[in-house]
Amino acid sequence: MAGSRNKGNPGIMGWIDDRFPATAMWEDHLSKYYAPKNFNFWYFFGSLALLVLVNQLLTGIWLTMSYNPSAEGAFASIEYIMRDVEYGWLLRYMHSTGASAFFVVVYLHMLRGMMYGSYRKPRELVWLFGMTIYLALMAEAFMGYLLPWGQMSYWGAQVIVSLFQAVPFVGPDLAEWIRGDYLISGITLNRFFSLHVVALPIVLLALVVLHIIALHEVGSNNPDGIEIKENKDENGVPLDGIPFHPYYSVKDIVGVVVFLFVFCAVVFFVPEGGGYLIEAPNFEPANPLKTPDHIAPVWYFTPFYAMLRAIPPLFGSQFPGVVVMGGAIAILFVLPWLDRSPVKSIRYKGMISKVMLVIFCISFVILGYLGVVASSPERTIMAQICTALYFLYFFAMPFYTKMESTKPVPERVTG
Amino acid sequence: MKKFLIALVVAVLPLAAGAAGSKGHLDDMDVDLKNQPSLQRGMQTFVNYCLGCHSAEYQRYERAAIDLGMNPEIVAENMIFNDQKVGEQMTIAMTKADAGKWFGNPPPDLTLEARLRGGDWLYTYLRSFYADDSRPWGVNNAVFKDVGMPNVLGPLQGVVTASCSWDDMHANGMRGGDIDPLTNTPLNNCSNVVKGSGELSPEEFDKVVYDLVNFMVYMGEPSKLDSQRIGTYVLIFLFLFFFLAYALKKEFWRDIH
Repeated sequence: MAGSRNKGNPGIMGWIDDRFPATAMWEDHLSKYYAPKNFNFWYFFGSLALLVLVNQLLTGIWLTMSYNPSAEGAFASIEYIMRDVEYGWLLRYMHSTGASAFFVVVYLHMLRGMMYGSYRKPRELVWLFGMTIYLALMAEAFMGYLLPWGQMSYWGAQVIVSLFQAVPFVGPDLAEWIRGDYLISGITLNRFFSLHVVALPIVLLALVVLHIIALHEVGSNNPDGIEIKENKDENGVPLDGIPFHPYYSVKDIVGVVVFLFVFCAVVFFVPEGGGYLIEAPNFEPANPLKTPDHIAPVWYFTPFYAMLRAIPPLFGSQFPGVVVMGGAIAILFVLPWLDRSPVKSIRYKGMISKVMLVIFCISFVILGYLGVVASSPERTIMAQICTALYFLYFFAMPFYTKMESTKPVPERVTG
Repeated sequence: MKKFLIALVVAVLPLAAGAAGSKGHLDDMDVDLKNQPSLQRGMQTFVNYCLGCHSAEYQRYERAAIDLGMNPEIVAENMIFNDQKVGEQMTIAMTKADAGKWFGNPPPDLTLEARLRGGDWLYTYLRSFYADDSRPWGVNNAVFKDVGMPNVLGPLQGVVTASCSWDDMHANGMRGGDIDPLTNTPLNNCSNVVKGSGELSPEEFDKVVYDLVNFMVYMGEPSKLDSQRIGTYVLIFLFLFFFLAYALKKEFWRDIH
């Protein structure tokens, strides 16, 4: 246990360790946390997500110093940051690009978990905490997007909050309760600001701590999906494990540098990302009397937005679409209990699992595209097919993972 | 794994294709933020022709002066036509309420117009007014149907007559002053500048509009050049640091098999 180790040592660290388990924590989580030695490319995205989180927190703190959370002053204060605050443009672009980067790394991080079965026993809680982080992140991003108070901020929020209106019976009251007004207004802006800069960051940080504690309790999975703790040496160290620090700390630095290269290329040269990261209509202040021709959420929400649009209304209510959209996220939570394969990793699963995962990914990407563009009858059919395929991956999983034949799993990790 | 990546790439490709949407024809203009004489002329045109009705309420005179290589005192003397100080923002006296009454809609603030519409749009729009007696100001615009704005640059450009419907002009892209360089005859048959009705030749007018739009693109994002300059150093640093980081990783991992 952390509490009983490293007691009675001399020096400053000894003094601290007698009162606080500093060295024990360092060992438990870094220098004596044994991670499988066969991590590949896909294992960079966890540490990168942490890096982006820190970026968002730091740039966010400085942006908050100059931002004015009022309907009258919000838009102007963004331009004040962009023009009059020293390096304000850099802080703002790091924050806006960071939001998209967060979703890029989180989506790849989740895909890694799905490929190698990182959600399987005993890591169900790691997955559940991770999914809750994803949910909190979506709320955080959505509320942050209202703050610049541009046209797309305003109308995007209007559309999303209106979804709650579709809930039977309590819908209109619920939407009004969320907005604090009959339409999106300065009151909504103030509460979204409060949630964005105080409440949700605290929730996110707490969840990240839980995610990592749960992970370090059970140990990391690896591309082979086998437990390295089953083969230990005489000291109880896994034979295929290496200390996270220094091995993975130096390796992750390489990943960080490559990531930062791409990230900085966007921040410094194409911060609007061709209109996908900062949408052009957002350079016009919010105007409740003028609806933009085409309202599209930011790219990381578009797969779910496409599902929403694909589901036809029932008795004049959009509620079925809202349910499908919510279900698409909710079903990810129960993934650990849908997978009944005797093996964890896609490497040793059968052909059906591989094909299903590829179809799932393609459907998700196509839905993302369809959510960006204006809808047409053909595109709606396409979105319906992709929505069906998205859910098929999950609903059929208990069956195809059980019946397909799998490859034999190696005793020890492979390259 | 490789197959999986290829499948993903194939799935993402349509995204790139779909990104290039069509908004009718727009003339290309290559923004050059390093061309300070062009930007200075553009600012001059802006304060003389646009700033009467449109504000640029986030742009300070002084910042533009410094960024465009002009002495702020000279800008204060020659480009500020009211009692504003050079450190102030380019605001106007006309209230939004009055402007709404006079023009139907208040003229929008132009600080971010280039980021909202794009340089190509502005460049085409400002050159696409044509005479239309059915409109309050006697002009219509091939890019922006029934626009509330008069053709402020009209005296420079001259009168443009049109022989097509708005939809035809919008579809074909109307370039009032396009001249075939070989035959020296007007290129499109939708519209034509009445010869001698403007102070400038079509080429000179295009250049004035180019400089103006160039300035408006600068104004939309004054930090752009700074950003590119700093960004270049940052990317060079990261590129070099990659080799160090990779060598460090190699060294530590030497014994791991």
